[in-house]
Amino acid sequence: MTAEPTAPQNDPAAAVLKRAHALTADYGTAPVKAWKEKNQGGLAIGHMPIYTPRVLLEAIGVLPVAIYGAGDKDIIRGDSYFQSYICHIPRSTIELGLTGMLDSLDGMIFPAICDVIRNLSGMWQMLFPKKWAAYLDLPQNFRPEVGGRFYKLELKRMARELHERGAKALSDEGLRAAIKDENLRRVALDKLAALRSDASWRVPASEAYLVTRAGGAIRAREHAALVEEYVAAANKRSGQPKDNVRVVLVGSFCEQPPFGLIKSLERAGCDIISDDLQLGIDYMEGAIDEKGDPLDALVDAFLHKGKATASRYIGEGRKGAALLDQVKRAKADGVIFAAASFCDPALLDQPMLETACEGAGIPFTSFKYAENTGQFQVIREQAGAFSDAVRLWESAA
Amino acid sequence: MSLVTIGNKGLKGAPPAGAEGSAVTVPVTKDASQQRQKRMIAEHFDRLSTAKEDGKKVAYTFVPGNLTELMGAFEMLPVLPEINALQSGMRGKSGAYISEAERGGHSEDVCSYVKCDIGMLRTGNVGPTGKVLPKPDLLLLSYTGCFTFMKWFELLKEEYNCPVVMLHVPYQADGIITPEMRQYVVDQLKSDVIPQMEQITGKKLNLDKLSEQLARSRRAEDALVKVWESAKNKPSPIDGYFGGVYYIGPIFSAFRGSEDAVAYYEELLAEVNERIKDGEGPMTPAGVMNNQKYRLVVEGPPSWTHFNEFWNMFSNEGAIAVASTYTRVGGLYDQGFRHDPQDPLGTLADYCLGCYTNRSLPSRIDLLEKYIKQYSADGFLINSVKSCNSFSAGQLMILRELEKRTGVPGAFVESDLVDPRYFGKANIENRLQSYLQMLEARKSGALAAATAEKPFVIGSNP
Repeated sequence: MTAEPTAPQNDPAAAVLKRAHALTADYGTAPVKAWKEKNQGGLAIGHMPIYTPRVLLEAIGVLPVAIYGAGDKDIIRGDSYFQSYICHIPRSTIELGLTGMLDSLDGMIFPAICDVIRNLSGMWQMLFPKKWAAYLDLPQNFRPEVGGRFYKLELKRMARELHERGAKALSDEGLRAAIKDENLRRVALDKLAALRSDASWRVPASEAYLVTRAGGAIRAREHAALVEEYVAAANKRSGQPKDNVRVVLVGSFCEQPPFGLIKSLERAGCDIISDDLQLGIDYMEGAIDEKGDPLDALVDAFLHKGKATASRYIGEGRKGAALLDQVKRAKADGVIFAAASFCDPALLDQPMLETACEGAGIPFTSFKYAENTGQFQVIREQAGAFSDAVRLWESAA
Repeated sequence: MSLVTIGNKGLKGAPPAGAEGSAVTVPVTKDASQQRQKRMIAEHFDRLSTAKEDGKKVAYTFVPGNLTELMGAFEMLPVLPEINALQSGMRGKSGAYISEAERGGHSEDVCSYVKCDIGMLRTGNVGPTGKVLPKPDLLLLSYTGCFTFMKWFELLKEEYNCPVVMLHVPYQADGIITPEMRQYVVDQLKSDVIPQMEQITGKKLNLDKLSEQLARSRRAEDALVKVWESAKNKPSPIDGYFGGVYYIGPIFSAFRGSEDAVAYYEELLAEVNERIKDGEGPMTPAGVMNNQKYRLVVEGPPSWTHFNEFWNMFSNEGAIAVASTYTRVGGLYDQGFRHDPQDPLGTLADYCLGCYTNRSLPSRIDLLEKYIKQYSADGFLINSVKSCNSFSAGQLMILRELEKRTGVPGAFVESDLVDPRYFGKANIENRLQSYLQMLEARKSGALAAATAEKPFVIGSNP
C-alpha cells in the first residue's frame, strides 16, 4: 500500500489516518519490529489475507500479521515461479520472501483459499525450510460433530506446533481473553460499517479500507481502539451528502485492489457502502460466544458465522443470498464486481452472484484488476457510466 | 482421461467413444482389451440413456476421489463431467461449448472443463455417444485436490436444482495422511454421503456388497500397477502418458469394482506381457514404436483438443512416456495403495486422500523424482495447462527442483485442457524438438561436460 492518506491537516481524522497508514507500511510488517522488541522471544506469524484464526494466535501470545502481497512493487524473482496465467499475489508474496521483506516473520499460515495458495504453501516449505509454514484446511462440512471436530483438531495442531517453537501453551484463559479482544474489534468494525451506511460522505471507502487494513499486524484490542478513534473523528466531520450511488464492492478479495482503484471508484460517483476487501480481519458476522468452552466457541463462530465468500462452500440455500442481504442492509443501489485476474474463486462465483442480482433487479457492473494495476482510467469511466446509469434508472423508476 | 483403449492392432490413434466425424483414423483391428473397453463404455452410456425409465439413479461426480464402489453398492450410475469435457475436446466440440459459456458470463480466465461442461449442458447435454445424458439425481461433490470442483458443482446446482452432497477431503499439506484427516472423511461418509444416497435410492447401504466391489477393485488395481511398471522394460511396451490415459479409463470412471474392470485389466496386462515377450513397443499414432530414443516422464494433463497432434510430436521423434502423473490423478496404486474390502469406509477415505493432486508440492516432486529414477528416464516434460491451477501453480518450481535433484533436464510447454485457443502447435513442436535434440546431444556426450553442473533447460529458467 503506497498511497498516502489525503485528509487535510485540520481534518479531525487526520492523525488517526496517519497512524493507520504507518501501520500498513513495509507490506504490512511495519509494526512487527516494535512488537518483538516489547515481546522478547515472541513469534510473529504471517497469513494470507482470507480467514485465519487470529484469535487463536493471539491467545498463545503470537502476533498475527496479514500479508497482502506486494501491491505495485516491481516483481523480479517472483515472476520466475509462476506462469503468466496465475494471479499476481503468490508471485509478489514470494518476491517479498526472497527479498527479505518477511524476515521478521517466524512463519506463515496459508488458509484454504484456492489451489494457488494451497500450492504456495508447499513452495514456501521448500523455499524457507527454516521457517514454520502451515496450510490451514478450513472445513467445508459445517456440522459441529464432523467439520467442527476436524477444525478443532486443526486448531489444536497449529497451537501445539507453535508452542513447540516458543509460543505459550493454549489455555482456556488465554483464549477467552483473545475472544473478548476480537469481539471488541467486531463492535468497532460494526460501528464503522454503520457510519459508512448512515453517513457515507463522512467515511470514504478508501479510508475505511485503510483503517481496517491497519489492523493486519496489531492485536485486536489495539485495532479496536484505532477503529473507534477513527469513527469518533469521522463523526465530527461536517459536510453534506453527495449525489453518489451507493454500491457494494464484491471480489472475494485475497489479492487486494490498488488503493488508487478504490479512490477511482469513489471519484467516479460510487459510494462504496460495503465490501469484502478485508476477509482476513472482517470475516465473521457477529460476535464470538464468550461463554462456555472457548475453543468450541471459536469453531462454532467459523461454522455458523463465517461470511459467505467464494472460498466457502454454500451447500444450503441459494447462492448469492448473502450478497442480496448485504445489498439490502447497505441500502445499496447496485453492485460492483471486481475480481483479480485469474482468481478462480471470485471469477467462478461471479456468474452465480450476477444471476442472483439479475433476479433481484439489482444493477451491477464487473471488471478485473491486478494488485499492480497502474491505470485506472478505463475502470473509472466504466464506474462513472455505471453510476450515471443507476441514477438515470432510479429517476426513470 | 479417455474411455477407449488403443491397441497394437490399430493403425492410427483411436478416437474416443462416440467420436464420429473425428479427423482421427479409426483402427481397423483392435486388441481384445480395446474392444472390451469400447463395449463397456457403450453399454454404460446405453444404461445412462435409459436410466430414468429403468428406475436407476444417476450421480454426477469427479474422477479424483470418486466413490465408484459406493455408488455401485447403491446401483447408482455415475456421470463424470470432466470426462464429458475431455471427450468434447477430442471431438472438436469444446471450443463452441466454451464460447457458449463465456457468452453466458463465464470468464476467459477460468477452468475450461467447467465452461465446456456448462456449454454442453446449455446446448442439449448430448454425451460422447450422441445420446442425451440424464439429469443428475445427485451431485456427489468429491472435493479432492481441486478447488474448482466445489465451484463447478455450485454452478451445476444452479442449473439442475438437485441435491448436492459434499465430501471434503483434506489436503496432504505435509505429505502425510493423519488419523484426524482420515476420521473426518469417514465421518462425512457416515453423516452425509451415505444417508443422502440412501435417501435418493431408497435402499440401505449393504456393506457386504460394498466389500465385494472393493475386492474386485483391488484385483484390477493389481493388474494396472503391473501395466505401469512394464514401462521399466526397454523398449517399453506401453506409453505411460498418451497411451496411459486410455488405460485408466475404466478404473478412473464408472467401472472400478466391476467384473468388467477386472477382466479388462487382466486382458490388458496379458497383452502387455505379450509385447514384453516379443520385445515390442506400444502402438502410437505413428505406428508401433519399437525405436524408442528418448524415455520421458510427463507431468500435467494432456491437451485434449490436440491430443493426437501432441502425441505425434513425441512419437515422430522417438520419444516415449514411461511414466506420468496425470495417469495417477484417480489413484496412486503404484505407490502401494489398494482398496481394502475389510475396511470399506476407511479405505474409501484413504483413496480420496491419496490422489495425486491432493498431495503437497514437495510430495509431488518426490514422486516425479522417483519416476525419473525408477523408469530410467532421459528427461521429463511438464505440460502446464492454463485451466488447472491445482496442477500448474508451482510447476516451474517442480522443473527447477527436479533438475537439481536428478541432473536430468526438463522441458516446459504450455497449453490448455480443452480450450483450443491455447494450443500453439508450432511453438510447442519447436520447443519439444529443441529439447529432444538437446537430449540427443547429451546422450552422445557432446553436451555432457557442459551440462554436468548446470542442466540445460527449455522453458522458464529463473
